[in-house]
Order: sequence, then C-alpha cells, then structure tokens
Amino acid sequence: MIRRCLLLAAFTASASAPLSAQQMNLTGAGSTFAAPLYQAWASDYAKLHPGTQINYQSIGSGGGIRQVISGTVDFGGTDSPMTNEQLAEAQSKLGTDVLHFPVALGGVVPIHNIPGVSKDLNFSGNVLAGIYLGKITKWNDPEIAKANPGVSLPANDIIVCHRSDGSGTTFIWADFLSKANPEWKSRVGAAASINWPVGIGGKGNEGVAGFVRQTPNSIGYVELIYAVQNKMTYGQVQNSAGKFVKADLNSVTMAAAGAVKSMPDDFRVSITNAPGAGAYPIASFTWMLLPRNPKDKTKAAALKAFLTWGITEGQKNAQALTYAPLAKQVVDKELAALTYLHY
Amino acid sequence: MASTVTTPPPMMGVKDAPEKLSLMERLKKGDEVAYLVTFASALTIILITCLLVQHLWVESALSRHAFGWKFLKTSTWDPVSDQYGALPFVYGTVLTALLGLVMAVPVGFGAAIFLAELAPRRVSNVLTFMIELLAAVPSVIYGLLGIFVMLPLLREYVVPVLQKTLGFLPIFKGTFYGVSYFSASCVLAIMIVPFIVSISREVLLAVPQAQREAMMALGATKWDVTWKSVVPYAQRGMIGSIFLALARALGETMAVTMVIGNVPAISASLFAPGYTIAAVIANEFTEATGDLYVSALIELALVLFAVTMIINALARLMMLGMKSQEVAH
Amino acid sequence: MSKSYPPMHKKVINVFMLSLTGLAALLVVSVLLFILGYLVWHGARSLNWAFFTQLPVPAGEKGGGMANAIVGSGKLLLLASAIGIPIGLLGGIYLAEFGKGPFSLAVRYTADLLNGVPSIVIGIFVYTLIVLPQHHFSGFAGGVALGIMMIPIALRSTDEFLRAVPNTLREGGLALGASKAQTVVTIIIPAAMQGIVTGIMLNLARVAGETAPLLFTAFGNQFWSSGWNGPTASLPVVIFNYAISPYEDWHRQAWAGGFVLLAGIFVTNIIARVLVSGRHSPARG
Repeated sequence: MIRRCLLLAAFTASASAPLSAQQMNLTGAGSTFAAPLYQAWASDYAKLHPGTQINYQSIGSGGGIRQVISGTVDFGGTDSPMTNEQLAEAQSKLGTDVLHFPVALGGVVPIHNIPGVSKDLNFSGNVLAGIYLGKITKWNDPEIAKANPGVSLPANDIIVCHRSDGSGTTFIWADFLSKANPEWKSRVGAAASINWPVGIGGKGNEGVAGFVRQTPNSIGYVELIYAVQNKMTYGQVQNSAGKFVKADLNSVTMAAAGAVKSMPDDFRVSITNAPGAGAYPIASFTWMLLPRNPKDKTKAAALKAFLTWGITEGQKNAQALTYAPLAKQVVDKELAALTYLHY
Repeated sequence: MASTVTTPPPMMGVKDAPEKLSLMERLKKGDEVAYLVTFASALTIILITCLLVQHLWVESALSRHAFGWKFLKTSTWDPVSDQYGALPFVYGTVLTALLGLVMAVPVGFGAAIFLAELAPRRVSNVLTFMIELLAAVPSVIYGLLGIFVMLPLLREYVVPVLQKTLGFLPIFKGTFYGVSYFSASCVLAIMIVPFIVSISREVLLAVPQAQREAMMALGATKWDVTWKSVVPYAQRGMIGSIFLALARALGETMAVTMVIGNVPAISASLFAPGYTIAAVIANEFTEATGDLYVSALIELALVLFAVTMIINALARLMMLGMKSQEVAH
Repeated sequence: MSKSYPPMHKKVINVFMLSLTGLAALLVVSVLLFILGYLVWHGARSLNWAFFTQLPVPAGEKGGGMANAIVGSGKLLLLASAIGIPIGLLGGIYLAEFGKGPFSLAVRYTADLLNGVPSIVIGIFVYTLIVLPQHHFSGFAGGVALGIMMIPIALRSTDEFLRAVPNTLREGGLALGASKAQTVVTIIIPAAMQGIVTGIMLNLARVAGETAPLLFTAFGNQFWSSGWNGPTASLPVVIFNYAISPYEDWHRQAWAGGFVLLAGIFVTNIIARVLVSGRHSPARG
C-alpha cells in the first residue's frame, strides 16, 4: 500500500517536464477578456522560441493589477487602466513604475430579446443610460421609438440585465454611459463593479446572454467576441458623430484610430465615445502591464521581445479570434515607447 | 514464618498486576502517544481556524473602522463611492441555506432510510455510490445546469403551480424571472443532499440488529421499527450530517451566483432575485482594487463567519433540548 | 399473530411512508443520472485519446486536451489528502475515543465553522500565508488550501462513525487486556471502516470539484508543472475557464472535463472500497 503510494507520487512528479537550462518561464495574470489572445500568442511564440513558456491565467483585470503590484507575476493584463493610486502603490511595493501597452481592442454590445421584434434596434447613449438607470421602463418609450422608426415596439416592461461579477466589460459599458449621460456619471459612475440602480446580475457573459435569451423583453450587454462567436443578434449604438454604428472589428479599430491623436504617452486612455463617423462608441483597449524596472532583467528582456512580437506579428491571431487589431498609429507609438526600455 | 495472605493460584496468561507502569512501558502500550497525537490533531483544527479568523480580522480592519456597526444595518453596496453594507447579503445567505436545508433534509433522510433499511444490499451499495458522485460535480457545472435546465423547469412547471395555488402568500408573490432565492435554494438542496444521504445511511446501517429485532418481536410494521427504533438510535449521526450540509450551503459560491440574480436587495418573495455573501465575494474579489473595497469584502467574510457561529450555536442548543433516545453509549 | 395485528391504519402508514422513502431515493438518483447523461451528451465529442494526453491548445485551434489539468488535479488532491486526512482522522479519533467536556465541544463546533467558510476565503487566506511570502503561485499552496478544506469533514465524519460503534466492542477489547490505543486500532476503527471511507470519499469528491480556492494558490498553467513549486493546472479551474468562455469548442471540452472529473472520483471510490472490503464489521445490522 505504502509502496503503491510512493510509486504514484514518483510518477506524478516525473510526469512534469524537468526544467532545462534555457527554459524561460513567464507568468501573467489578469483580464479574462484578453486571455484567449495571450494564450494563443504564448502558443505561437513558443513555436518560434522553443523554451519560452508563457503561462497566462485569467483571474480578472483587478486580480491582474493586484498580482503585478504584489510581484507574484511577471506581467499583467487589464481592460481598464491602473489608477494613479494603484500606480503609486506599485511604486512603493515594487519599487518601480508599471507601464501600460495596448495589445488589442474589444467592444461591448447591447443584446435584446423582444417578442415580435426581429430587427436589431438602434440605441443612443442616453437611451441606454435611461434604461439602466430605471428611468426608461417600457420598450415603446418615445426615446427608443425615435431612434427606431418603423419598428413596432410593444408596451412591455424592460427587464434589465447586467454583469454581477466585476469585469472590464462592465467598466467599458459604464464608462461609455458616464460620457454619454451626465446623470449616470453623477449617480453611478464607472468601475469594474458598480451599484446598479436596476436590473438582475448575471455571472459572466454567458450569465447575461443566457438570461436575455430566456427572458422576453430583456436587455443586456456582452463582449463583442462573445456575441460573434455565439452568433447572437445585437443592436447598434449611436456614436459621438450621431451615427448608429454596429460593432465589428472594423468599427472598433476605427474607434482606436480616432483616439490616437489625443493618446497620452503612457497609453492610459479611454476610447469610449471616440470621435469619427465610423467609430464604434463602446470600445476599449486591453493593456499588458509591465514593470518598468523589474529585478529579473533576463525575464524582462524576454517579455519585451514577446510584447514586440505580439503587437506586430501577433495581430494576425487577434483577428482570427475576433479581437480588433491595433491601428497602425498605435503600434508605431508603442514600438517607439519600447525602445526606451533598456533590457 | 508462614504467610497469612494467600496468593491466588497463577492464572494462565495473566501477568501479576503491576503497581505502576514505567514511562517506557506506558509509551509502548501506546495510550499516551495515541492521546497526544490525536489531541494534537484536534488542536490543529482550532489553531487553523483561529489563524483564519485573525487573518480576516486584520484584513478587514480598514472597513470595520470606516463603517462600524452600520455595516450590518445598511443595504447599499457601491464600489464606486465606497459605501458598503452587509444586510442584503446576510439575508440572502441565511434564507437560501435554510430553505435549501428544508428541501434537502426530508428527501435526504427518506433516501437514506430507503437505502439502509429497504433496498437489497447490492442495490443500496450501487445507488449510494452514485449518489456520492453528486458531491464531486464541480460547482460551476451545477451553476450551468441550473441556468440551462433548472431555471426553465422552474419557470414552466413549478412556479406557475405554486403561484396559482399559494400565490396569496407574500413569499410567493411577484414576477419570476428564473433567477431568484428559490432557484438558488433548489440548486443548493441538490448539492447538499449527497452528504445527508451518504452519512445518514452509514449511521443507520451501523445500528445493531438487536434494536430492530426488539421492536419486530412486538409486531411492529417495518416503518414503525425504522422510525421508532432505528432512527432514534442513529439520530445524532443523522443530525451531524445536517451540520455538514448546512456548512456547505452557507459557503457555496459559484453555483449560487449563477442562479440567484445577484441583486443586493431584500425581498419578502422567494421568487425575487437576491444575493449571498459567498456569491458577492466570489463575484467581486478578483476585480476589486482599492483597499477599502477589498477590506469590505473581507469584512463580509468575517460577517459570514459570525453568522455561521450563531446558526451553529442555535442548532446545538436545540439539540441539547431534544431528548436523546439512544441506548446508553 | 392474528390477522388483524398490526392494525390496518398502521399497515397503510407503513406502505405509504416506505414508498415515500423509495421516491426520495429515486429522486436523488435520477438527478445524478441526469447530470451524468448531460455531461456525456454534451462532452462526448471531445473525449478522445488526445483529451487525456495532450496539453490544451489556444482557442480556435482544433484538438488539444486536458492532460496537464488531469495530472495537476491528481497532484493537488494527493497533497490535500496527505494534509487533510491524517489530521482529520486523528482528530476524529480523539473526539470519539479520548475526548470529553468543553474541549471536545469546542473542536466539533470549530470544525463546523471551518466547514462553512467559503472556499474562496480559504484560497485568499492561503494566498496571504504562502503565495505572497514566496512571491509565486504553487501547487503546494493549492494543495494546502484544499487540505484545510478537507480537515473539518474528515474530522466530523470520523467522529460520527466511530461514535456509532457500540461501546460493547470497546469494553470487550479492554476486558481482553488490550490498551485503549490497541482497542481503537484493531477493533473500533475496522468496525467503523466503511463509514470512515465513505466520509473520506465524500470529502475528496467535494474538494476535487472546487475552483475558487485554487485561483489564487495553484493559479493554473497551460503547460506541465514540475513538482509542487510552480503554478499548476487543475480540472475544475480549466472547466470553469472554458465554460465561461465564448468558444463553443471550449464549452464542449468543459463538459467533457466535468465527466472526466466524475469518472476519476468514481474510480478512486471503487478502489478505496475494494481495498477495505476485506474487513468485516461486527456491528453491522
């Protein structure tokens, strides 16, 4: 019995690959939204640079930020940029600044399930804010009808669904509503978790999507990738130029292009409600977090190479996985910033 | 000189009773060692729990100082303006756990009695095996099955019937969207039933046959024998299984958050959406940044611990009040 | 015995109540069969040899498997059992055989409290205890978190099943001149063995499906992990990540993973039962 246990233990220990001298193991954590992308990149990069194992796990953007600050991971992924307080904390705990590098773009789309309405509806920012504030309560509200001429909307109560778990998706959604509607900004604000005035909380994209699918007269929001991969119908949103735009890779990339002129050097920018006629208003970067002066310089060099590859070659993966690729101007700006990292 | 004390004739295999065993001999017999080792293990659990509570206390300090007792009385949960209150979560936790128990305990006891007393041994073993497997189903799969299967079932068949017959009761009022306290309690009931069935069946099987035979000799029916003779003997173990089930119900996170609706509000209706402490911690901890926010979440964990302490204490007091019918142990 | 005894109403109640218990058992078993069937139905397509032998591939690529998660779960559960079962078992023996009075009450009470702590809180606790000082995630931390979760159930179930053994056996052992320890080891524990194994298997099953405590301790890994000192993949975490992802193929793999997890526990249960089936329990009714 004991021998059997020992044999089993030896087997499991040996089943794990021993580390060779050239092995480079990097750990990353954070955004669930970006996880498939980082993992696809890790796989392709490992084929080009055998021995480099990049292990990225999705524990949430906030989790990623916390782990970067605690020094338990080599890089982080986040859908919302670190605040100044968090940067200051990183400075005191890690002894170094943390840099943000956009790696891809995503969007958030409104989904709805209205019996008798098969068309994708148009929503303005004010309408969405009104619905999620609980002020617009029926589907045939004049505000909604105004944006959707010719569609016969029923006089049913709107059943609102939002995310229960803190997420970058919520942050992007709430950030857009804050920009589009002053009352939302003052009453609710924008964060990964907020105090929703109305609505049911669904866990994860599939919680919201599942609820909306099963509940007539409901509205919710999900990641663009999720909607595309699961072939869901979703509505158009009015952008700052007044046009109703449907989210797709193109319109999301245009949102980034529109924001590039005013992009700060540290890349911490929100691109919701971006200027441009074709820009989709509920879009956002997802960032990779790198400590500026990490202790382990060889790891840092490997990360820098990985990131450089990701924002150039890796953008092909992005499109295949339904992430919107970075606009060329953004990539150029990032490459320029990377040259200042001396390792 | 002749001895006035007669020594008894030597008996086979019995040593002369020693006055006192030496330390080495005591150790060899094993009792001291056994006592110490097992005592140390029992102590470990107290040490771990104290360490855990101390950790929770320290990490929640920021939030405790910011809110004080108000934390337990307010219902707002606003991470943006850093206002936190625990009341709706406590309500949801206690409600779903107790309702889950109410649904699971009768079914669990019934199944255990069937498996222990009625079913042929082989059938019973196989079925119990399978029921124990229910405990291994990951929480997230319970949640997904809850969303895909249970919620539509409840919405189509169960809730309309309940509302038609008992809809006048405040606990059954209101529109049912699928996600609700009731749905969460149903999922919890399924998750905790294996513990009740498995452990209760084992203690029922351990009841000596003499107990049954005594009553059978009096001409009692099988049910009477079971209910009046076997079950009281196994009572304490069966109630012990309820404690295990209760603990799991209080701490369950993933499955609950997928079917409860995650709305931090208190409602009299079971069909309204709600929230539990474990669910909100699971939902928001990974994304929480900001020291007060994290501290508030940890304080919620501390509150849950306190709630568990109170419920367990009440249950134990209730047990003390119950007359124990078991044969003297 | 005359034909009119027991009285008719008692006979009716008898049949009624016994049928109810049968229904209850049927209800519980059918739920399990449904879950199993659902997992197989939705995950069967993903169950192939590659699933058990290959590492996961990124989303969008075909194939891949959960080999590292399966082995990782095995490693974590091994460590968890090594920590949780001995402490729980020995503690349970203390409570049932040696303990009396307020200390025993405190231990039982504390075990119930620890049992009720949400698994994510235990994960956060072990994170602060082990991961932060070490500055990296590890399978060791994951195993410790799961082990802590195993202790209360192991302790309480051992306690209950040992106490269910009639005192006559203890008295018999002592009458034969055995020490208390000898009596416990050679007579009482074997008598309660079926129950103790049940408790352990239930424990293992519950802990095998836990995701939340591993998120901040064992973390996760797309690759193989060496030893217990680095991030380790585990079945529940992978199932969780796949299930909430947007990709249909990953959803199917999640169901398949759930099925494999159940199958693993099933096999472990059978092995454990076979190993202890030789012992006879004299107290059994």
